[in-house]
Order: sequence, then C-alpha cells, then structure tokens
Amino acid sequence: MAEAIKVPTMAEYMAEGKKPEVLFWVGCAGSFDDRAKKITKAFVKLLNEAGVDFAVLGTEESCTGDPAKRAGNEFTFQMQAAMNIEVLNGYEIEKVVTACPHCFNTIKNEYPSLGGNYQVMHHTQFLKSLLNEGRLKVEGGKFKGKRITFHDPCYLGRANGEYEAPRDLLKKLEVELIEMRKCKSNGLCCGAGGAQMFKEPEPGNKDVNIARTEQAMETKPEVIAAGCPFCNTMMTDGVKSKEKEDSVAVMDVAEMIANANDL
Amino acid sequence: MQIVAQIVFLIALVVGVSFFVRNIKRMLRNIKLGKNIDRSDNPSERWSKTLRIAFGQSKMVRKPVSGFLHVIVYLGFIIINIEVLEIIIDGLFGTHRVLSFMGGFYNALIGIFEVLALLVFIGVIIFWIRRNVLNIYRFLSRELKGWPKNDANYILYFEMVLMTLFLVMNAADYQLQLNGAPHYAHEGGIIGGFPISQFIAPLFEGVSNSTLIIIERAAWWLHILGILFFLNYLYYSKHLHILLAFPNVYFSKLKPKGEMDNLEAVKNEVALMMDPDADPFAAPAEGEEEGEPEKFGASDVMDLNQVQLLNSYTCTECGRCTAECPANQTGKKLSPRKIMMDTRDRLEEVGENINKSGKFEDDGKQLLDDYILREELWACTTCNACVEACPVGIDPLSIILDMRRYLVMEQSAAPNELAVSLTNIENNGAPWPYNQMDRLNWAEEN
Repeated sequence: MAEAIKVPTMAEYMAEGKKPEVLFWVGCAGSFDDRAKKITKAFVKLLNEAGVDFAVLGTEESCTGDPAKRAGNEFTFQMQAAMNIEVLNGYEIEKVVTACPHCFNTIKNEYPSLGGNYQVMHHTQFLKSLLNEGRLKVEGGKFKGKRITFHDPCYLGRANGEYEAPRDLLKKLEVELIEMRKCKSNGLCCGAGGAQMFKEPEPGNKDVNIARTEQAMETKPEVIAAGCPFCNTMMTDGVKSKEKEDSVAVMDVAEMIANANDL
Repeated sequence: MQIVAQIVFLIALVVGVSFFVRNIKRMLRNIKLGKNIDRSDNPSERWSKTLRIAFGQSKMVRKPVSGFLHVIVYLGFIIINIEVLEIIIDGLFGTHRVLSFMGGFYNALIGIFEVLALLVFIGVIIFWIRRNVLNIYRFLSRELKGWPKNDANYILYFEMVLMTLFLVMNAADYQLQLNGAPHYAHEGGIIGGFPISQFIAPLFEGVSNSTLIIIERAAWWLHILGILFFLNYLYYSKHLHILLAFPNVYFSKLKPKGEMDNLEAVKNEVALMMDPDADPFAAPAEGEEEGEPEKFGASDVMDLNQVQLLNSYTCTECGRCTAECPANQTGKKLSPRKIMMDTRDRLEEVGENINKSGKFEDDGKQLLDDYILREELWACTTCNACVEACPVGIDPLSIILDMRRYLVMEQSAAPNELAVSLTNIENNGAPWPYNQMDRLNWAEEN
C-alpha cells in the first residue's frame, strides 16, 4: 500500500495547457481529518482505476463555507464562496465531484446565485456513472452476502433527494442491504450537521450519534455504510461507545468498493 | 313567527361572517408585517404540489393510522359542508330542504352526508383517545401543556357535537315526514336518505309532532349556530390549517431542501469588500440619505418573511416535526413545533399591540429570548427532518437559521467552540486550525 497515489492539481493541468474531465473537491474533512483522508485516498484510487482524468485544487481549495452559513455567519460563508468561485471560474471548471455531501450541497445549490455554476456530483453518483459507462468494474468480493446498513447523509438524502446512488453501489457489491427503521427521507441525522460538528451538544439525555448508532445496531450489521465524512466520524464514535468496534465497521461506500477491488 | 326566525337567522349569519372577516383581515395585516418574499415563480409546479399535498393529503397518510382518520374527517368536513349551503338557504327563506328537487340524487347525497357524519364522529373519538389516553410522544411535549391541549380537545368535542346535531336533526325530520307533519311531509313521499339517522328515529316514535318540531328546530339552530361559532373559533385556535394549509403549501419552498437563501444584504457587503476600487471612506452621494444599515437575521417576527409568518398561522401543532427532530428525540429543548407556536404567539401579541394603539408600540419584548431560547436554536442540526415531516409544507428550519444569523452577525453570540471554528474558517479556510498550505499533504502520506 506504500505506493504513492497520483493526485494532479489544477495548477499543473493549467501549466500544461490542459483541462481535466472533472475537478475532485476534497473538502476540509477529506484533507485534514485522519479518518476522512482514507476515504479521499480510496476515492482517488477508484478514479485512477477507472482512468478518470481528474485534478484537485490542493492548496487553492478552501472551506465551502457550509458550517459558517448554517451557524448563521452569512458573511463568512459568502466570503468563502466568493473566493472559491473566483478560483473555480478562473480554471473554467465545469464539473465537480466531491465525497462530502455538505460541500456537494453548498456548491450545487448555494454557489449558483453567487456566480458559480457547475455540474456537481456526489462521489456515489459519480461512481455509479462510471459503472454504468463500464469504466469501473465492481466485484462483490469480500462484501458479498454481508449484512450492511446504509446511513443516509441528510445533505445527500433529504436535502437533495439522492437516496439511490449509494444503494445501487452497495447492490453491485452484492451485499445484503438491510434498511434501518428510519431511512431515506425519514432517516435520522447523525448529529453533525448545522455546524454541530464544531460545538458541544446542548444539554439533553443522549447524543444524537448514539441514538442513530442504536438504530443502525438494530439491523445487526457487519458494516455501517456511510457517504459523508462527518457521518462517518459520528457513527464511528457511536460504535466505539457501544464497544462494538471489533465487530462492526463504519466505512464509506467508496472505501468498500476500493476494498472489494483490492485497491 | 316564521319571519322572525328568518330575521334572527340573517342577523346570526351576518354577525358570524363579518366577525370572521374582521379577524381574517387582522391576520393578513399581521402576516404583512413580515418581509416580502417572492414565491410567484413556477405556478404550475406550485399548483400541482398544492393538489398533491394539500388537497390530496399525500403527506398525511405517511402515518397510516392518523393519516387515514384525518382523510375521513377532511372529506367529511368538505362534503358535509355542501349541506350547510342548503341550511343557509332554508334559514333565509323559510323553506324545507330546498335542494330536494334533485330527487334521487339529493337522497343519495343526504345519505352520504350521514355516513360521513358517523365516520367523522368515530374518527374524532379515536383522535380524542390518541390525544388523551394513549402515550403518543408528540402529544406529550411541554409546549402542549395548558391551552394548546385544551384547544385540541375543544375542537374534537365541537366536531362530535356538530355531527350529533346533524344526525339528530335528520332523525327528527325523518320521523316528522313519517308522521306526515305539515311543512315536513312531501307529496312524493320521504325526501332525503337517512341510512344512519333512521336508527335514531325510533327513539322519537310516539313523540308528538310539536315536540319533534322543537327537537328538529333546536338541532337545526344549534348546528348552524355551532358552525358559525366554529368559524370564528378558528382564528383563536390551532385549527386555521383547514383554510391556510392550501396557500401555505402553494407558497412553500420548491428548491432543494438543502439550499438556504443567500442573504441579499450580505451579497452587497461582500461585493463591496471584494471590489478593489471600492472607497472604504466613501460618503453617501449628495442628496442621498444615509440609510439605516439593514438588520441581519431575525430577532422578532417583523424580521421574518411573510411565508414564515403564514407558516406560523397554518401550524396545527400536530408535532410530526418534533417527533422526527433528532435534537428533540435526544432530550434537547428544541421542538420545531414550539418554534412555530412561539412565532404565532409573538405575532398575535404584536397584532394585539397594533389593535390597541393603531401602530406597534415597543413593548420591550421580542421573539428571541422572550419566546424562543438560544439553547433551542443552537440544538438544531439543520437536518430538514421537520420540514420533510410537515404535512402542510411548514419550514421551521428557516426561522431557526434566520435567528442564528441574528445571534451571530448582530450579536457575535455564537457558542464559544463554534466561534473558534468560524474564526478558523476565516483565517485558514477550514473549521480546524490547519494551514491551507497543508491541504494536499494527504496525497504524500501513507
């Protein structure tokens, strides 16, 4: 696993006078959070495997402003948006893919009226299109027949109506997909959204991630599949607090595919 | 005697309707205290959403038991009200069952009304049991204690009484027709279908016609006066949804739920900040008044928009939002239903203030802190479960966000750890204190 992975930047593409097929928006979690970085790398491996001509912004990327906006700081959000849009438009970006539903929602829905118009895809949507085009092959492999439950990220599911792309990928892995009693449009939040990730919860009788983990545990899963780095953190913490980390894994759908393909 | 009854009826009708109209006008005035918001786009999509969700009750039936019962009461309400049309004509002109010229169709119609009335009666009893006997999470919340709980029960009692009066009126009428009483009996035989009330009629066998007429008239009068009273009760209760659900769904947000509006006032400020040619010391142009700087976010109802205020009048406090709220489920103070109830209560308080003084006199109160606590606002995960759950398209999240905006942008009152993250975003482009120059380090790490 020690081999270096190929991650070209937009600046490099620009220097060569080329344009990639898609920009991979890594996001703050994907760049800095140790757990999320693994998701980022798994996704990059899949992009390389499928021969996708992609680039990242690297040091020119900055927070989309999602947590600031949802915390109520519209100024910081719009400043971040203005800077990011300037960079993206400067590179004449047309298509963006990201493994973070918060970045996905913000760039797709909130950037257009500020001057940033791109085709934005969540990584599960993008991977699905790669499979449909035959550019990526998925073998059931090690997840075949395993009990898997999928936790819908609010900003992919309810916020943008995408429930099927991640499930379609899991079906390709031939898993036994078991839905939680609260799923899809009724899914329970992991507790991280709305900038909750960056503050202590208000007083209550339970943490939201514990409540959601309990719902996931009811399905007796071997893997809790996620599609968001923040959900991943929250569910991982939940599984740990139940002392089940040896028997229940929390994995991003992209990691599962990369893993099944021995990447 | 007959003419006196007609005049009394006319007076009751005029008083009832005009009082209702006065209150609706006040409600519209209160809604207009909110900011303008343009929801005139995509009329065809808005109509189809209204047909589906408001008329078609598509979101109600997501909870099958209460949804099914609600559909019965809703259909009963709409269809039985056709009968009110006849009651009004009969009342004004002293006729008896004026629409009966429709013959068999009329009989079938009255028959259907009776069956629906019975179903509504049963449905309402089950609703009462759900609310008062069964321990259903969303009916146990703090915010329902006192008036809201009584209000809900009064509405149920009212519907029970109205349905009973309707059936008793028909039963007495049927018996009078059987007895061949003048004014009631018709040459062509029995008019009206009485599939339910025929089982009540035997109670009236042997009762004199004059007593029966008193019973029939009493039920008729109480029924119509009850309806007029109920019409006026709406404005003082949670029950306005029977009217407002329709416009509320029509004006609800069509964009993806995750999309939150980009504040125009901030857009201007940011554009100015990003403009290298902007003069930071520029004085206002000659002859131009330096305007009051726009307030960011909402601390009171006047800062909210008109759709948000319409939302608050539409809310019928069913609590489906609160039952789905992750913060509420885990014992936090936040309840999206309470956000809507507080907004309406404060708006009504402001409205009363205007009724008294002609214009709003500062009462030293506001929506924030006096009604909605900061602790509630900060517990929200913006997950949109409340918005998804609402059967009539109410958006409590938009109010929470606008109030957070006030707290953060006008008061710099974000919780401490959150304020640190926001500063990180401003300084180094990530909510954590990592250098932006290290953003690609993951590619080299193993």
